[in-house]
Amino acid sequence: MSQSFRLRDKGRVDRSRPVSFSFDGRTLTGYVGDTLASALLANGVHVMGRSFKYHRPRSVLGAGVEEPNALVTVDRGRGRIDANILATTLEIHDGLVARSQNRWPSLTLDLGAVNNIFSAFIPAGFYYKTFMWPRAAWKSVYEPAIRRMAGLGPPPVDRDPDSYASQFDHCEVLVVGAGPAGLAAALAASAGPGRVILCDEGAEAGGALLGDPAAAIDGLAAWDWVGKVVAELSSRPNVTILTRTTAFRYGTQNMVGLVERVSDHLAGSTPGILRQRWRQVRACQVVLATGAHERPVLFRGNDRPGVMLASAARIYVNRYGVRLGSRCVVATRTDSGYQTAFDMARARIATTVLDMRASIAPALSAEAERLGIEVIAAARPIRAKGGRRVTAVEIEQADGQRRTLRCDLVLMAGGWVPVVHLFSQSRGKLRWEERVEGYVPDAATQAVRCAGACRGEFALSSALKDGFAAGQGAAGGDPGAIHGPPTCSSTEAEVDMRDVPMSVAADGGMAFIDYQNDVTTKDLRLAVREGFHSVEHFKRYTTTGMATDQGRTSNLNAMAVVGDALHRPMGQVGITTFRPPYTPVSFGALAGNNRGELFAPVRRTPTHDWAAAQGAVFEDVGLWKRARYFPKSGESMDEAVRRECRITRAVAGVLDASTLGKIEVVGPDAAEFMNRMYVNAWTKLKVGACRYGVLLRDDGFIFDDGVVGRIAEDRFHVTTTSGGAAGVFNLMEDYLQTEWPDLRVWLTSTTEQWAVISVQGPRARAILAPLVEDVDVSAEAFAHMTVREGRIAGVPTRLFRVSFTGELGFEVNVPSSEGMRVWEAICAEGRKHGAVVYGTETIHVLRAEKGFIIVGQETDGTTTPDDVGLGWAIGKTKPDFVGKRSLSLPGLTAPGRKQLVGLRPIGHETVPDEGAQLIGEAAPTPFSAQGHVTSAYWSEALDGPIALGLLRNGRARIGELVRVTSLVGEPRLWRVCDPVFLDPKGHRLNG
Amino acid sequence: MRFSALTLLRSAFDGQSRYPHQWRKADPRPSYDVIVIGGGGHGLATAYYLAKEYGVTNVAVIEKGWIGGGNTGRNTTIIRSNYLFDESAALYDHALTLWRGLSQELNYNVMFSPRGVLMLAHTVHDVQSIKRHVHANRLNGVDNAWLTRAQVAAFCPGLNMSPEARHPIVGAALQRSGGTARHDAVAWGFARAASARGVDIIENCEVVGIRRRIDGAVAGVETSRGFIGARKIGVVTAGRSSQVMAMADVRLPIESYPLQALVSEPTKPVLDCVVMSNTVHGYVSQSDKGELVIGAGSDAYVSYSQAGSAHVAAEAIGAVCELFPQFARMRMLRNWGGIVDLTPDRSPIIGKTPVPGLYANCGWGTGGFKATPGSGHIFAHTLATGDPHPIAAPFSLDRFLTGRLINEAAAAAVAH
Amino acid sequence: MLLIDCPFCGQRPEIEFRYAGEAHVLRPIDPRECEDEEWAAYLYRRRNPAGDHAERWHHVHGCRRFFNARRHTVTDLFSGSYPAGTPGPECEAGQ
Repeated sequence: MSQSFRLRDKGRVDRSRPVSFSFDGRTLTGYVGDTLASALLANGVHVMGRSFKYHRPRSVLGAGVEEPNALVTVDRGRGRIDANILATTLEIHDGLVARSQNRWPSLTLDLGAVNNIFSAFIPAGFYYKTFMWPRAAWKSVYEPAIRRMAGLGPPPVDRDPDSYASQFDHCEVLVVGAGPAGLAAALAASAGPGRVILCDEGAEAGGALLGDPAAAIDGLAAWDWVGKVVAELSSRPNVTILTRTTAFRYGTQNMVGLVERVSDHLAGSTPGILRQRWRQVRACQVVLATGAHERPVLFRGNDRPGVMLASAARIYVNRYGVRLGSRCVVATRTDSGYQTAFDMARARIATTVLDMRASIAPALSAEAERLGIEVIAAARPIRAKGGRRVTAVEIEQADGQRRTLRCDLVLMAGGWVPVVHLFSQSRGKLRWEERVEGYVPDAATQAVRCAGACRGEFALSSALKDGFAAGQGAAGGDPGAIHGPPTCSSTEAEVDMRDVPMSVAADGGMAFIDYQNDVTTKDLRLAVREGFHSVEHFKRYTTTGMATDQGRTSNLNAMAVVGDALHRPMGQVGITTFRPPYTPVSFGALAGNNRGELFAPVRRTPTHDWAAAQGAVFEDVGLWKRARYFPKSGESMDEAVRRECRITRAVAGVLDASTLGKIEVVGPDAAEFMNRMYVNAWTKLKVGACRYGVLLRDDGFIFDDGVVGRIAEDRFHVTTTSGGAAGVFNLMEDYLQTEWPDLRVWLTSTTEQWAVISVQGPRARAILAPLVEDVDVSAEAFAHMTVREGRIAGVPTRLFRVSFTGELGFEVNVPSSEGMRVWEAICAEGRKHGAVVYGTETIHVLRAEKGFIIVGQETDGTTTPDDVGLGWAIGKTKPDFVGKRSLSLPGLTAPGRKQLVGLRPIGHETVPDEGAQLIGEAAPTPFSAQGHVTSAYWSEALDGPIALGLLRNGRARIGELVRVTSLVGEPRLWRVCDPVFLDPKGHRLNG
Repeated sequence: MRFSALTLLRSAFDGQSRYPHQWRKADPRPSYDVIVIGGGGHGLATAYYLAKEYGVTNVAVIEKGWIGGGNTGRNTTIIRSNYLFDESAALYDHALTLWRGLSQELNYNVMFSPRGVLMLAHTVHDVQSIKRHVHANRLNGVDNAWLTRAQVAAFCPGLNMSPEARHPIVGAALQRSGGTARHDAVAWGFARAASARGVDIIENCEVVGIRRRIDGAVAGVETSRGFIGARKIGVVTAGRSSQVMAMADVRLPIESYPLQALVSEPTKPVLDCVVMSNTVHGYVSQSDKGELVIGAGSDAYVSYSQAGSAHVAAEAIGAVCELFPQFARMRMLRNWGGIVDLTPDRSPIIGKTPVPGLYANCGWGTGGFKATPGSGHIFAHTLATGDPHPIAAPFSLDRFLTGRLINEAAAAAVAH
Repeated sequence: MLLIDCPFCGQRPEIEFRYAGEAHVLRPIDPRECEDEEWAAYLYRRRNPAGDHAERWHHVHGCRRFFNARRHTVTDLFSGSYPAGTPGPECEAGQ
């Protein structure tokens, strides 16, 4: 029979809109407005999960985010399987598929429950005391078994097809929580002009009022009042109401993270619809109206299905119209337990109140009597009996007498725990408050106010007043309020926990503290016995408070038990840090759009699409995509690179070098600035001349290199490595702005402005000549290492005669927008000569044949200019440059540093790994590295492998034999040689 | 009391009533031969090995809060030794050797689990850098291996091996002997074993000053519980090194940054090794409890806030979702920060300071946990003998004067 | 995420900036003349206080100016920013 546990006349669920869903394969119905938990209860399904360690059957404890037990897996199809979802907050919709977790083979018959029997053998921290022998068994036997048993729901295994987004929001006042205090705060705060954001984790505003329809505010019934306020707020243009939106993180300077669940509650899956959105709100003022959660009462079997929080029962009855049982015992330490008892009685559930206090307010006794509720004062529950449902509770009365009350529902009102998570994250101080028997907000360190139950103002009338005042204060005093705070006629007394007896199950019974992690009073007492007295120690040792509910219902009870064991007041047990997030947040929401191609922006050169169309294979260099080689059909990389190398040296090759960093250094003191930055001397460099520059950090190690052309007396065109451009620019700006602000120099990054086309090879001049205007490209007029300005293919150009290949070479700089056009023109000319287009792999081979280093490959941040044979570049007479002083430190001048050498194979043709180690010719065992291979290629020009390496004392060891390590075989012999393999005299530069 | 399955069995029948404190709650004595400031893993290990290896038992470990409460209890528990330079490899491999038998040595299951540490290569440059590590490691006897793309896919199912990925995986280094351990247990295990050998572990005792003799040498420490004399003082206070050393007028080449970590909700097993990637900038493993444990680089600025910015944690999550797109469906359960002391070359400082009797063991940066037993072992040698252990010698403070840096960061940009 | 007050652009979120280390670390005027000790102090030694900290920020995705700011390193709260090259407000020595 469907929903036979509904109360006919109660609840906010929409009975005109039934919803069909499935749980563990059973198809059930509920109504729009139900959570999975309320719908299951309405169908008489109480057991919703199994506990983590003992696999005890569990039903709901709560009705919201405090729930530790009822965790389910939701299946929305491939890639959309979510584990550990709270049944108490999961809105049902048509077609919802939910499954219970952590049980095998089924929820009703769970073999893991055998752990229950062995609980005495596996107390807190048992795993630290065993599983140590034999040593190998931990990894092979014990740990795999533990891992299989641990975990809750199934992990996601398929790619998540949903989309997520993130955005920044700004407002004058952010109100967190739309319960009575939050609504009142939003009303007050939005009366002025400031932007107000009101967010609430629930599906609708109202908070605790949704479970308390009998309350009256401003003369209206609670639900009507909520409706009226929401309508009022919605009509104000400065208010944004965000439901299904959890404030989960409170950062510095009032940056509050919200996660908005946009479509999780909707049936089906609409392609393209956003699943969740991360909103980072920067608020001038924040009002936290985050409410309070209820504490369980400690007694044996307090985890039996049917034992739940009193506040939760009230919500199930009033908001969802669920008949939870037929006979109920309310174990209370507060007056609020009576409100639950009254509501139960009004729902025609036979109710007994077990008040742990001795004296009871006469008004409460009177109302109880009127409703036929038996009240037993100064009594406490000892144990709940039953299996998959509670059947009775044994109690102890003031006189020590015990009796058993038959019931199918035990409601616990152990006190209230203000939700101070966000306040604590804001670095606000917390204070122990005896009246509350809990921590409440104390001094704030940011512009934040707490209002209502989250600061111990539990009574509705005070919460309303408090919220209104906080909203008013946050909006800057008097916002011209048209009316005063909402008022309610309730005469509810404020909570006062002073002198309320604590039940800490001192009789050795196993009362559950942390339901999800199965931590009991016994575990905590053991931890104390073993010296885990610090709150962080007993928490970590027993795992109390570390489950997915983050200890919402367990932390205070754990303090009570530990305090009792240590004979310390609860308030002196200590408090753990409230860490974000408040409730779990999906990775998808936090990653937002930064997934796939948008994970890191892609930089493309002007010829990218052309190269792709030619079948180029690309490689990632920093954020750049660079063409690595251009295979003809059927060619391997090796074959393609050998062809590209061969033709470039024989004819010519064209390379897109646009990724080179470019910085324009301009100003009357530009030469002086360059003198101070780079190791080289620049003053005497003639206009139109170029120089290879080396840049260090002040620690003396090579940071970058590149060719620099002097365009004018006061203007340098500086090139950097592709990956180093941003770093060089930052470094230059740093010294210019902070060390030498007197220099009249201006820096402009021009990397993106210049496309660079490198034409190298004996026919390079012949290819370019027909295209170039205004520049005499003849050998006599245009020497190596000079730069000219003119036009090419009708486009203005800075034409460099430079070579990274050892061939006659030019680098054509043209505006990026014209890059493709000029590229095509050059390629067309090149084709006439049989030139080739090549990529990064070929340039690496060609430069290695010439012994030219690549910063980041031959150097690694521990390399000095002298190490790589660049000592010649250093301007010897300069008083200073960045890094100069460090070059004379003992460590940088010590004998035995690794130096750049060339390597040729002896008796084999194997190209070694880049990164392979260099060891002695007949090194003793164990080998000790004397250096490493930095670059290694098949050289087409030398028709064999070549390598560059850094070798201890390398320059003095030319001619010696070394061995190069291999990951697949024996080390092979190589001969140390000069790093310039080809054309040491540089004849080829002339074409 | 010796821990074993038998102990558990016996205790099941006496209501767990016979377990004593795992470590004595010591009150400070007037003076000690050696005071170790800092009750984290490194400090407790130092005290343990002082007592065990060098017979120095008149030792106090002084802890401001609760033991293991600093970076020991905040890190992502990765253990590996595949460092590039000989000096580093020797240091971390010494630690790894001790990890292997640590549970038995301490009679405390620290759950060292050599489940393999996979370091992903995405680019040509990554391949060069990682292969350089593999070659160097093998010479140093460190079991690092190169895996091809196909081998990576087979070793770690679930990784996004698509060539269309923004940073496609092209290979990886695998140190099979690397893995994880249970961080809290390391602190507790060392504390229990040290305490059993006579070391005083003094919690809730904050050092507020270092008193020096007329000749400049240390005389002891001023604490929140009064003066405690000492012949030698070892400072092992990660995240507070600059402040504690400043008490003796020593200024260190250290800056302290927040380093964040986070865990997901627990799920059934889905990831059986540690996966690290410098290019996408994140690392992830799954704890025995089922939580994904995730970390990334440190926050950008010096801070002692133990927090850090949300976008840094989000970037780490983004990185993990790049490697495992299916994890977008996982949920973050807890996010926290520690404070890491970074040296300019990202290698630790172990040894003497300019103040006689004052020794430092600091600057472990983002990766100190993996070194815990090794760090304690060689620092104990240094404290006991007054001379650096041969493995510790290159990690002296004066390398920042001479320029003899051990720059693992520059050489590899390895975050952790 | 920090909110950083650029003296030239006003308050902007942290992601626009690059942290550039402790402020007022003086590069020796004539490095040739300074001892290794002084040079090492410039390169590497830092106050690293738990308290007020004068530090440099680079508005790298904004005006690209370097400037100084004072921030408390325990609370991360700023108490002012000022152009590079101007003397810093007195900083309490960190404990």
